[in-house]
Amino acid sequence: MTAQATPTAAPGKSPVQARRPRPAGKRESHRMVQLFLAAMALLWIFPVLYAVINSFRDYAYTAEHGYFSWGGFTLQNYKDSWEQANFSQTMVNSAIITIPAVLLTLFLSCCIAFVVARFSFRFNLALLALFTAANLLPPQSLLIPVYRMFRAIEVPFWFSESGTLLNSYWGLIAVNVAFQTGFCAFVLSNYMKALPRELYESAVVDGAGVLRQFFQITLPLCRPPLAALATLQVTWIYNEFYWATVLLQSGDKFPVTSSLNNLRGEFFTDNNLVAAGSVVVALPTLIIFFVLQKQFVAGLTLGATKG
Amino acid sequence: MAKYKGINQLSGVDRVVVGLMVAVPTLLVVWLVWVPAAGSVLLSFTNWDGIGPLSSIEFIGMKNYADVVSIYPPFWPAVQHNLIWLAVLFLVATPFGMFLAVLLDRELRGSRVYQTAIYLPVVLSLALVGFIWQLIYSRDQGLINQVTGSTIDWYGDPQYNLWAALVASSWRHVGYVMLLYLAGLKGVDPSLREAAKVDGADERTTFFKVVFPVMAPINIIVVVVTVIESLRAFDLVWVINKGRNGLELISTLVTQNIIGEASRIGFGSAMATMMLLISSVFVAFYVRIVMREER
Amino acid sequence: MSRPATQDEYLASLVPDSVRGVSRRTLLRGALGAGTLLAAPSLLSACGGDSGGPSGAATGTVTLGSNQSDAVPKAAIQSVMDAFQKANSGLTVKINTIDHNSFQENINNYLQGSPDDVFMWFAGYRMRFFASRDLAGDVTEAWKNIQGMTDALKKSSTGEDGKQYFVPSTYYPWALFYRKSVFAKHGYEVPKTIDELTALGAQMKKDGLVPIAFGDKDGWPAMGTFDQLNLRVNGYDYHVSLMAGEEAWNSDKVKKVFDTWAGLLPLHQPDSLGRTWQEAAQTLQQGKAGVYLLGSFVAQQFQQGAEQDDLDFFTFPEIDPAIGSDAIEAPIDGYMMSKRPKNEAGALKLLSYVGSADAQNIVVKADPSVIATNENADQSGYTALQKKSVEFVKSATSIAQFMDRDTRPDFASTVMIPAIQQFIKNPKDIDGLVNSIEKQKQSIFSS
Repeated sequence: MTAQATPTAAPGKSPVQARRPRPAGKRESHRMVQLFLAAMALLWIFPVLYAVINSFRDYAYTAEHGYFSWGGFTLQNYKDSWEQANFSQTMVNSAIITIPAVLLTLFLSCCIAFVVARFSFRFNLALLALFTAANLLPPQSLLIPVYRMFRAIEVPFWFSESGTLLNSYWGLIAVNVAFQTGFCAFVLSNYMKALPRELYESAVVDGAGVLRQFFQITLPLCRPPLAALATLQVTWIYNEFYWATVLLQSGDKFPVTSSLNNLRGEFFTDNNLVAAGSVVVALPTLIIFFVLQKQFVAGLTLGATKG
Repeated sequence: MAKYKGINQLSGVDRVVVGLMVAVPTLLVVWLVWVPAAGSVLLSFTNWDGIGPLSSIEFIGMKNYADVVSIYPPFWPAVQHNLIWLAVLFLVATPFGMFLAVLLDRELRGSRVYQTAIYLPVVLSLALVGFIWQLIYSRDQGLINQVTGSTIDWYGDPQYNLWAALVASSWRHVGYVMLLYLAGLKGVDPSLREAAKVDGADERTTFFKVVFPVMAPINIIVVVVTVIESLRAFDLVWVINKGRNGLELISTLVTQNIIGEASRIGFGSAMATMMLLISSVFVAFYVRIVMREER
Repeated sequence: MSRPATQDEYLASLVPDSVRGVSRRTLLRGALGAGTLLAAPSLLSACGGDSGGPSGAATGTVTLGSNQSDAVPKAAIQSVMDAFQKANSGLTVKINTIDHNSFQENINNYLQGSPDDVFMWFAGYRMRFFASRDLAGDVTEAWKNIQGMTDALKKSSTGEDGKQYFVPSTYYPWALFYRKSVFAKHGYEVPKTIDELTALGAQMKKDGLVPIAFGDKDGWPAMGTFDQLNLRVNGYDYHVSLMAGEEAWNSDKVKKVFDTWAGLLPLHQPDSLGRTWQEAAQTLQQGKAGVYLLGSFVAQQFQQGAEQDDLDFFTFPEIDPAIGSDAIEAPIDGYMMSKRPKNEAGALKLLSYVGSADAQNIVVKADPSVIATNENADQSGYTALQKKSVEFVKSATSIAQFMDRDTRPDFASTVMIPAIQQFIKNPKDIDGLVNSIEKQKQSIFSS
């Protein structure tokens, strides 16, 4: 979970940023800047590249020849780490947790954002403050009360095999939703406020109730921020480490990121296995990153460019 | 005019719908965030060990707090480490991220690629970051020791491990700040820059005298984000060595005392409440700034 | 009346009061099955404690919480459960394997949440702690069907109220391990006193070896060193009462222990706080270290066969001739039952089985680093190391469990781990250290 900022833009900005013209004498300094940026970019991407390359190298080979050699390529590390870390199960667990959590978060955030944007109730600001602040509290401070509450809530056995919300996916999903709703609600309310009033006015004239306005007008228009937020939320909830570790108790329920905890002892003695394991864990987020980059960036910076 | 000032202007069905739309998310957040926060504060005044019914809890006043600050050896080092964490993020990582954003804002050729490379770490979980940097820091097989031939155990030596963790954390933080700042920069009105240029200002003066002040809200938000992130630093350190031996942080101390066999709930809650108090100062600040923009 | 602990109880609780009596029996007969019918009246009145029926038809599934997450022990447990299921055709065992460290860390939450019927745990104060907190089930019944356990073992399985709460499975001694070939190569002799050990260490250093391998990244291995030194410097009785919180940690006796340790530290592997015990064991295995103070599970880092045969051990040398060197540490691992198991009859049967020689034979064969607790276990297949361990434990006059099993868990993990790590970093400030430990101990033991 990361804290978010949605800075607002200066007024009167044009939606398209025109390329600023460059005076001739600046070529030199531009070259320098480009070189610097290129160097920085290389430096930044290096650890991930290093992990990827080493994940394909055989441990015995690198132990013998050192890491600067070339050769000894194998897929064995992936096979080993996949088995030892039981990735097939933990990946499924991650999906079971992430997908409902994201859907619920987005839906609930839309509800709140809609009300706050559409109506001018006096409690609007207080409500938003409540949600936004919730996103920023340290989870360690909330653990024991949440744990005891979950343990005390009895649910039918078909809902959770432990009979309570503890050690159940639903409990974990609920916590994630509670934490993430704040940020999404804030972003969505900003966006919804910019929707033209005329749309609602004509709908009201047509006799549409609040529910119809919500589902037929607001939601379809919110596709861009929803896509952006979905991308962000999938990444964040997938990366979520703390709650899964403390709220789940069965070894076979842990999602991927929390299972990293279990790999520490065995893995830390074999570097290439660590590399392969890391790449596997990072893969879903990396795929999202490369395929949905625009949405991801938009999600983080929504509100900065109104349009 | 379809602008509703009060809930009574809605039809009956609509009132119920609106009520639900507000009540369900609010109750969820109150139940899972605010009530536990209050609960932790209450528990910090007890000596509960987590076992048994709530009725068995005894109140012992401020004893836990007194113990934490006076006889608990890892506490003050943890505070120190948290402050160092904050200082490094605030004085090094955040300014560097802003600097990169300013450079990238010039939209030179290849900026998109550089941008992507720099914020790639942001999509990785902090726990994973600790793992990836293990490849570089490991004493026997890590890259640094292979290149320099030194035998320093970067993650294990208390002299170095905090800095090693900070490098890994900054690696991610820089990309994050860069992204936020870049978005803010793109929102700055170009006419302001042009006006400055017409007045004969060079790039640097333009930035510090014109752009930076206009970005005031974003600057503040970036600062607050930095502070909150440094207070919450946990995943990275926990994955390395559970926050011991030079990597103590308040968040890891809380977790060590609360989960695990130790189960010193009251004691751990005292530290957790301290975290809450410190966070709430900055959270309040942040919320005020952001809400002010709302109006 | 507490909440239902099993699906059957839950269904039974749905039956309204008006349908009591004969017709309830008929209803329940279908829902609960014949076996629990005898217990049906008690279901609605008792607090779920003795929900299982008495002897007789133990059927269904028994769940087992296992912390044996490494490959070799995990397979061993599977074999044991397979054999159990074969011998008891109505019962199946569902194993829930959790990473070793995580299992221990989450034990409080685990036991209060929805624990498995049977779970693996340790003897000693750690066991009594949970028994007295009402988190463990009384397994005296299971002990009635176990033969071959010594009185000492039964004693260490007994809670404060005189009932048994634990069934021992295996144990392993802590000692100084070494490779016979390395000792032979350099002509070393096994030291019997601390001075001989120091001299041997100096010689090893000259020969280019690390005298004593050492890795305390996880915090608990160094407790073993403290325990051994305390047993040798101050004796078993003092050690036990120190662990129970009855002695002052800033006494001269404790300071003497740390002083002795500070004198030995130069012989220990440096940078120990960044090294796991597995890595330290590998230093021994690679022939780069002279000795290593650890439990016999160190053998897991050696290959079975010739390499493991090369491993030998000796007891920690004597420091005070008046005290001698026949007190040892041999932690006992075993099984416990949760307070409200879903299948109590099955759980008790499983517990009797794991305490039996048959089950233990399977375990010690698959993992030759531990020895069986049951006297009747087949020792003919023991490796040399296991045979020596049996002798070692037999000839000891007093056996301690290990610091984190002999004292309060919150004291051990939140006070002693940081304190010992602090000592290793800075062995000079012993006064400050023991004063700090004593203050914290008073705060914890008085709460």
